[in-house]
Amino acid sequence: MALRKKDRVYQIVTNVIMAVWSLFIILPFVLLLMSSITDESVLLTKGYGFIPEKFSLAAYSYIFKSGDKILSAYAHTVLYTVVGTFINVLITALFAYPLSLKNLPGRKVWNFYVFFTMLFSGGLIPSYMMWSTTFHIKDTVFAQIVPTLLMSAMNVLLVRTYFSTSIPDALFEAAQIDGASQLTIFRCIVIPLGKPILVTVGTFSALGYWNDWTNGLYYITKATNLFGIQNLLNRMVSDLQFLSQNTSGLSTDATQMLAQTPTTGVQMAIAFVAILPILILFPFLQKYYSKGISLGAVK
Amino acid sequence: MTKDIAKAKANSQLKARLLKWTPVYLMMVPGALYLLINNYIPMFGLVIAFKQVDFQKGILGSPWCGLQNFQFLFQTRDAFVITRNTILYNVCFILLNTIIGIIFAIFICDITWKIGKKIYQSALLFPYLMSWVIVGYIIYAIFSMQYGIANKTILPMLGINPVMWYNTPKYWPAILIITNTWKGIGYGCLIYISSINGIEASYYEAAELDGANKLQQVWNITIPEILPSVITLTLLSIGRIFYSDFGLFYQIPRDSGLLYSVTDTIDTYVYRGLMKLGNIGMSSAVGFYQSIVGFILVLFSNWVVGKISPDNALF
Repeated sequence: MALRKKDRVYQIVTNVIMAVWSLFIILPFVLLLMSSITDESVLLTKGYGFIPEKFSLAAYSYIFKSGDKILSAYAHTVLYTVVGTFINVLITALFAYPLSLKNLPGRKVWNFYVFFTMLFSGGLIPSYMMWSTTFHIKDTVFAQIVPTLLMSAMNVLLVRTYFSTSIPDALFEAAQIDGASQLTIFRCIVIPLGKPILVTVGTFSALGYWNDWTNGLYYITKATNLFGIQNLLNRMVSDLQFLSQNTSGLSTDATQMLAQTPTTGVQMAIAFVAILPILILFPFLQKYYSKGISLGAVK
Repeated sequence: MTKDIAKAKANSQLKARLLKWTPVYLMMVPGALYLLINNYIPMFGLVIAFKQVDFQKGILGSPWCGLQNFQFLFQTRDAFVITRNTILYNVCFILLNTIIGIIFAIFICDITWKIGKKIYQSALLFPYLMSWVIVGYIIYAIFSMQYGIANKTILPMLGINPVMWYNTPKYWPAILIITNTWKGIGYGCLIYISSINGIEASYYEAAELDGANKLQQVWNITIPEILPSVITLTLLSIGRIFYSDFGLFYQIPRDSGLLYSVTDTIDTYVYRGLMKLGNIGMSSAVGFYQSIVGFILVLFSNWVVGKISPDNALF
């Protein structure tokens, strides 16, 4: 059936608007990539641009040849993401499964215990003081993994709802009659059947760890060898900011800092390397993210 | 005698019950403990706002100082500026993200070209998955005073003199609002798309037969049908109107001091007080004020949702 003229006009207009918006989103990333493969001399005279006047991979070879710090930060981010996500998914599932059992004694109270943390929070200062003065996590690996990111109440409720609506109760009863322990039920029924939601929550968590820069900002002040890639990028910004405010009479500290701060092209290359995994895994991330967002929206 | 027997029976029943549920409760221990430490203890830590902060002594050991921190805070203009910035930006974000989000969702659902549909949806989500640090670099590539594409390529082409972006407050409300929409629009849009997809096709067919045009269909079918999710999302954002996205307001202006009049929000102020300026007393007063007012707003907005559409209320 041929489209009516009015419909065809509507299709064209909407496609054009969405295509323009998509370009508006993608072009800044192209700018980032192109700047990272432009020769430093061109960058210094002509600035960042879309078309590399002189192509150069010097920034990337710098990262791999002499960027020990950069590679180490990258490896740390991978480590934090893998370890953090594993623990996150594990304790989320362990917590959500009992909450999904309809006859758990005190179920209402426990649900409220989780839910209340979404309504009220102590904020940055009490958290910061607790983690640094009571638990002494400053400048340790724990600082990058434990605060805020290890479990989210939202995810617990998401997983709980999925368990209680998608896994039939009859299955649990049958397993109990067969004499299966709760741990066996958890391992052999809950985990395999809850896989879709656990992958979704894992995606949220992994992205949270990969993109996190605040824990490093608050809690890593001296042990910069524990920096992740986002912390490194953030530190370069504040170093440059510091330098630009202290241009007159550079102290020895500042000159040293200037010598260590990577060049403009290298900075963009590091930023691009930091988004590369998200770019590669995008179809996978999109699938589970979209699912999670629409699940979370309808509670 | 019979009383004792009944008691013993009840006891053994309780034991059996406990035995049955112990493994399940054990599973909950790590998660419950984490919430206790990460979320509940800091709630009590809010009392720090009424104390003279001493890092050596911790929250409990610091001496009380009454309302002094609040007095200092409200003597400055800071409290007004950061509250104003936080609320005004959030109002803009809520309006833009809702309106543009709905329009884009309707467009994407109507577009028949499958490949295009996929590309647009992916593009909308993509920046949402990026960290603010990365977005900060992208904004820098555009607006850097020495190397940015704006000063080096675009403005010269238009014959305009370079602009000192990071020193000039007047450009930043626009930059921050556009950046936030650019990055965040995908989230709401995805929710609206899934709720539009849930509308029964027969409604539109009937409207078509009655000769309703596209705009009438949107106004009389789409909007009323997705209204519950719009209301829920909006009220949830209103409940968070005292909270700003720290990443947006810290990374995008690169913490440039000259821009604070238009970029400083409650969260950046609290951070700076804690880490940089050392007037942690005022910061903790701001933090207290944010937590309490934020809590009241969440309860209030949820009460409103409950009145309008009970199904969408959170509790």
